[in-house]
Amino acid sequence: MSALTLAAGADPGFLSPTGVEIAFVLVGIATLGAALVSVTTKQLVHAALWLVVTLGGIAVEYLLLTAEFIAWVQVLIYVGSVVVLLLFGLMLTRAPIGRSPDADSGNRWAALAVALASAAALVWVVVDAFRTTWIDLDGPAQGSTKVSGEILFRHWVLPFEALSVLLLAALVGAIVLSRQSPADAPAGPDAPAGPGASAGSDKEHR
Amino acid sequence: MHLAYPAVLAALLFCTGLYGVLARRNAILVLMSVELMLNAVNLNLVAFDVWLRDTLHAGQALTLFTIAIAAAEIGIGLAIVLMVYRNRGTADIDRLRDTAEGHEPAPTTDAAPTADRATGAAA
Repeated sequence: MSALTLAAGADPGFLSPTGVEIAFVLVGIATLGAALVSVTTKQLVHAALWLVVTLGGIAVEYLLLTAEFIAWVQVLIYVGSVVVLLLFGLMLTRAPIGRSPDADSGNRWAALAVALASAAALVWVVVDAFRTTWIDLDGPAQGSTKVSGEILFRHWVLPFEALSVLLLAALVGAIVLSRQSPADAPAGPDAPAGPGASAGSDKEHR
Repeated sequence: MHLAYPAVLAALLFCTGLYGVLARRNAILVLMSVELMLNAVNLNLVAFDVWLRDTLHAGQALTLFTIAIAAAEIGIGLAIVLMVYRNRGTADIDRLRDTAEGHEPAPTTDAAPTADRATGAAA
């Protein structure tokens, strides 16, 4: 990264970064580190908690890019609901609390090779293409709530409404998938006594 | 701000998610890595939207749509994973090899009672 930084002597210059750039790089390093811990940790619940740090860091990056509405949507939806859903999923599939040595599958070295190769290729291409491109962050914020509301309900109304139908379909689909079908509701003869058996009998009474 | 900073960060986050998708065994961790990849794409969309100063702000609108679709995807995905766990008693994706070629079908008869027990306890 430092070699790339030195190699690109563009007009505003990588060597004289602005305050926004310094903040972006620092938050970016924290975000990337949290993402790396999240995909490599052996403790499954910790992976979800490091994902919170990653998504929060990306929300801060949105704020630094003056897209404040998307930053708050990111905090609300990702940090607020998606991570909670993932934690519930881990809980319901009885993820072990401590270290689980089989968290990574056997092809992790192939995965590491593929990821490193694609990272090298993508970073090289992106730096080569955009090292002299400058984002002008001055002026009024381009992602304020006013601007976002105007463009969303003036130009993007039809996709927005279609998306609400898609969300409804996903909701119905998730409910249909996760409720038990009446065929397998009565428990087998070897069903253990306890809350499971009482739940099964409840289903039968209905 | 240089456009290279958000673009490089997005590329690295995408490759981190790629590693997670390929290397993880638990299906929920794979879904988390997919979320990382989607977030990298969102960061790219926002950065290029701010750079291009699009009057329609297509990048930001598409980012909002991607976030909503990711929420729908994680809901459906978790429902599928929970159903697989309920039926098989495991959420490890490399044990779900029923459609793999060149392998005998996995003996699922001994796994069925444990799956039933797990279902009963979860219900």
